[in-house]
Amino acid sequence: MSQFELHPVFGHVGAMVDFSNSNLFMIIAALLTLGLLWVGMRPRAMVPGRLQSAAEMAYEAVMSMCVDTIGPEGRGFFPFVFTLFFFILFGNLLGVWPYDFTFTSHIVVTLALTLVVFFLSTGVGLYYHKLHFFSYFVPEGVPVLLLPLLVPIEVLSYLSRIISLSVRLFANMMAGHVMLEVFGAFVVMLAGAGIIFWIPSALSEAVLIALIGFEILVATLQAYVFAILTCIYLHDAVHLH
Amino acid sequence: MDLASAKEIGAGLAVIALSGVGVGIGYIFAALVNSVARNPASRDRVFGLAILGFALTEAVALYALVIAFIILFV
Repeated sequence: MSQFELHPVFGHVGAMVDFSNSNLFMIIAALLTLGLLWVGMRPRAMVPGRLQSAAEMAYEAVMSMCVDTIGPEGRGFFPFVFTLFFFILFGNLLGVWPYDFTFTSHIVVTLALTLVVFFLSTGVGLYYHKLHFFSYFVPEGVPVLLLPLLVPIEVLSYLSRIISLSVRLFANMMAGHVMLEVFGAFVVMLAGAGIIFWIPSALSEAVLIALIGFEILVATLQAYVFAILTCIYLHDAVHLH
Repeated sequence: MDLASAKEIGAGLAVIALSGVGVGIGYIFAALVNSVARNPASRDRVFGLAILGFALTEAVALYALVIAFIILFV
C-alpha cells in the first residue's frame, strides 16, 4: 500500500513547495501529450515518418471518435477530448513502468477530471438549450402519473455519472497496482522460504508478467472508455437524448 | 466476534457480487462471437462496442472491489 503514498521529490526545494511524485508524473504526462503533436508534426512531410505518422493516427482516431459520437459539433470539443484521452493514457501507462507513480490511482485526481467533464457537459447543455435542457430528464412517451417517480430517478442517474466515471478509472488503476504488489510479494516471500518453494515462486513470477501485460491493456482501455464516455455525455448535452 | 474477523468476513461477502459481473462479461463476448459468426463483415464495428461494454461491466466489478477494500482497510 505504500506505493500509493505521496512524498516530495527534488529534495529541499521540492519539500518547500510540496512538489510530490504525483505532480512530477502529471507534468511528465502533460509534456508527453504536448510533445506527441508538437514534436511529432515538426517534420511536416507529405509522406510521414514514424513519429509524424503516430501523431497523425492519434489525431485521426480522436477526431473520428468525437465526430462519430457527437456529430458535426464534435469538432469544437476535439482539443479537450484529445488532451483528456492522452493525459489519462500516458498517466496510466507511466504507472506500469517499475518504480513510477500512477497519478490516476488517486480518487482526487480522477474526481477532478470527472468534475471538469461533468460541468463542461452540463454547461454545454445549458448553453445550447437554455432552460429546455431540463427536458432531458423527462423521457419520451411516459405517462404523466409516472413522472414524479421517474424524474428524480433520472436526475439521480445523471448525478451518479460523477461517481461512476471517477470511481471506474480510480478503481481499475488502484486494483491493478494492488494485484501487482500482491503477486510481487508472493514471488519474494516464496523464493525466500527455501528451495522447495522456488517452483511456486516461478509460477507467481509468470503470473506477474502476464498481469503486467494485462495492466497495460487495462490502462489503454480505461483511457479510451473515459474519453468515449465524455463524448457520449457531450452528445447527450448537445442533442438532448 | 472481534473487529478484524468481522472486517474480513465483510470483505468476503462484498465480493460475492463479482459473480454477476462474470456472467455479464461472458454474455457480452458470447453476443460478440454470435454476431461475428452471423455477419463476419461487421467485426470491426461490433468489436469497439464489445470492448466498451466490457469496460463498463468491469467497472461494476471494481465498485464491489472498492467496497471490499473500504471494509477491509478503513
